[in-house]
Amino acid sequence: MSSIYQEIILEHWKRPHNYGRIKSPSKKTSVHNPSCGDRLKLEILFNRGKVKEAKFTGQGCAISQASASLLTDHVKGKKAADLEKINQKTIIKLLGVEIGPARQRCALLSLEALKKIIEK
Amino acid sequence: MSKINRYKKDFPIFKNIPNLVYLDSTASSLKPRAMIEKAQEYYQNYSANIFRGLYPISEKATQEYEKTREAVADFIGATRPEEVVFTRNATESLNLLAYSLICGRLKKDDEIVVSVMEHHANFVPWQQLARKKGLKFRVIDIDDQGYLKEPLKSINRKTKILALAHVSNVLGTINPIKEIARKARQISPGILIVIDGAQAVPHLKVDVKDLNCDFLAFSAHKMLGPTGVGVLWGKKNLLDNLTPFNYGGEMIKEVHLNRSTFEASPYRFEAGTPDIAGVIAFRATIDYLKRVGLDKIRQHELRLTSFALERLKEEFGDEMKILGPQKAKDRGGVLAFVFKDYHSHDVAQILADQNICIRAGHHCAMPLHQRLGLASTSRASFYLYNDEKDVEKLIKGLKKIDKILGGTRHE
Repeated sequence: MSSIYQEIILEHWKRPHNYGRIKSPSKKTSVHNPSCGDRLKLEILFNRGKVKEAKFTGQGCAISQASASLLTDHVKGKKAADLEKINQKTIIKLLGVEIGPARQRCALLSLEALKKIIEK
Repeated sequence: MSKINRYKKDFPIFKNIPNLVYLDSTASSLKPRAMIEKAQEYYQNYSANIFRGLYPISEKATQEYEKTREAVADFIGATRPEEVVFTRNATESLNLLAYSLICGRLKKDDEIVVSVMEHHANFVPWQQLARKKGLKFRVIDIDDQGYLKEPLKSINRKTKILALAHVSNVLGTINPIKEIARKARQISPGILIVIDGAQAVPHLKVDVKDLNCDFLAFSAHKMLGPTGVGVLWGKKNLLDNLTPFNYGGEMIKEVHLNRSTFEASPYRFEAGTPDIAGVIAFRATIDYLKRVGLDKIRQHELRLTSFALERLKEEFGDEMKILGPQKAKDRGGVLAFVFKDYHSHDVAQILADQNICIRAGHHCAMPLHQRLGLASTSRASFYLYNDEKDVEKLIKGLKKIDKILGGTRHE
């Protein structure tokens, strides 16, 4: 059976990028998945309309943590307007594996946080 | 200990998926051939509606349907088959009860008591009933070992409903229902004792007269039966005085333009065409369980649970935290656990990749998980078709999780 625990996910789970807080973020938000208890705080610092820094903290499964790590990497340097184009497909592409229906919410928790930040 | 499990051959799924390690019977059990064939028998030989046809195949279907009612009554030690109401599942049984009780009986100042270890199905209907009627809602706590903590202290003369799980679907705790029921009635003579038997009836000999409860709810699909069939057992005089939950066909005595009268129980609660095939097939399940013997099933699960507790401790020590009573005899074959600091989703998924089925999450028991300070747990559970080999495969699977996710994490 093929596993979703491939190199990318494991690498980002064991050594998450951008884990931590930003001193004075432009925007921040937190999301929660009560069905499994995953929590994620996302902070973004904009500079001249572009993402200068993106960081996260939180607890959760390997998928949700790896996805947050990958997404925070991905948004760096992007214009605020471009953030809106990020969607489910982006996340799956970043993770590099198909995610079954039972784990979609884990994978998309960081996206939910990003969407929330954009709306603010 | 490594005997071949003699029951596996009765379950076609093991032939179709030979290396299946199914450790999630608490969620839903596997199905024996006898039950599957019985459902097919109905569909192929007398697939008519019940109660209304005057022709032979409808009469046959009605007869078979009612035979299940008798079998269920006998199985749980009920006095009369009319005390057995067929529903969709235990959840519906409990909701039916809570809904029907809203309409009468309860008044302001009455109190409802549940416990913190309840499944949402035996928690939320009562919580909502209390909110709607402005009643006091009390929740019995648990102690550090996962036993009910002084349950009688929550009961007083105003307590009208005590709703408790016989066996916890997370902790596995077997609650001393008989003793609690007896003492609760002394404190509050008018109390109604509602038992969620979803995790007990499949695994233990449950006798409603012996327990002296007023209502018992359980699901067929957790006891080798079909999905779509549940049971609400209640004392006849109580059932007959409850307001119907659904209105429609088969539950009516007379309908006039401005009023209607209803059948007595059980029919007053069985509006509309039920899951006829399911109910009929359910009898084959009960016959199967009787043939094997619930005492034997309990002994088998007890042995397996002791073995699992011992082996998991041996392999993982304190890195594996198993919830609930540590004495196997006080618990059903349910082991909810936290393995190191791995997330239950990762545990379940990596086991799934090895064909090992367990459950991850809060198991529809959020109040309990909040009480334990845990967001989610992993849960392995046993039934008669599990054996020591399954436990060994689980251990092997858990070691693989360590291999994949283990090592230092740098946040």
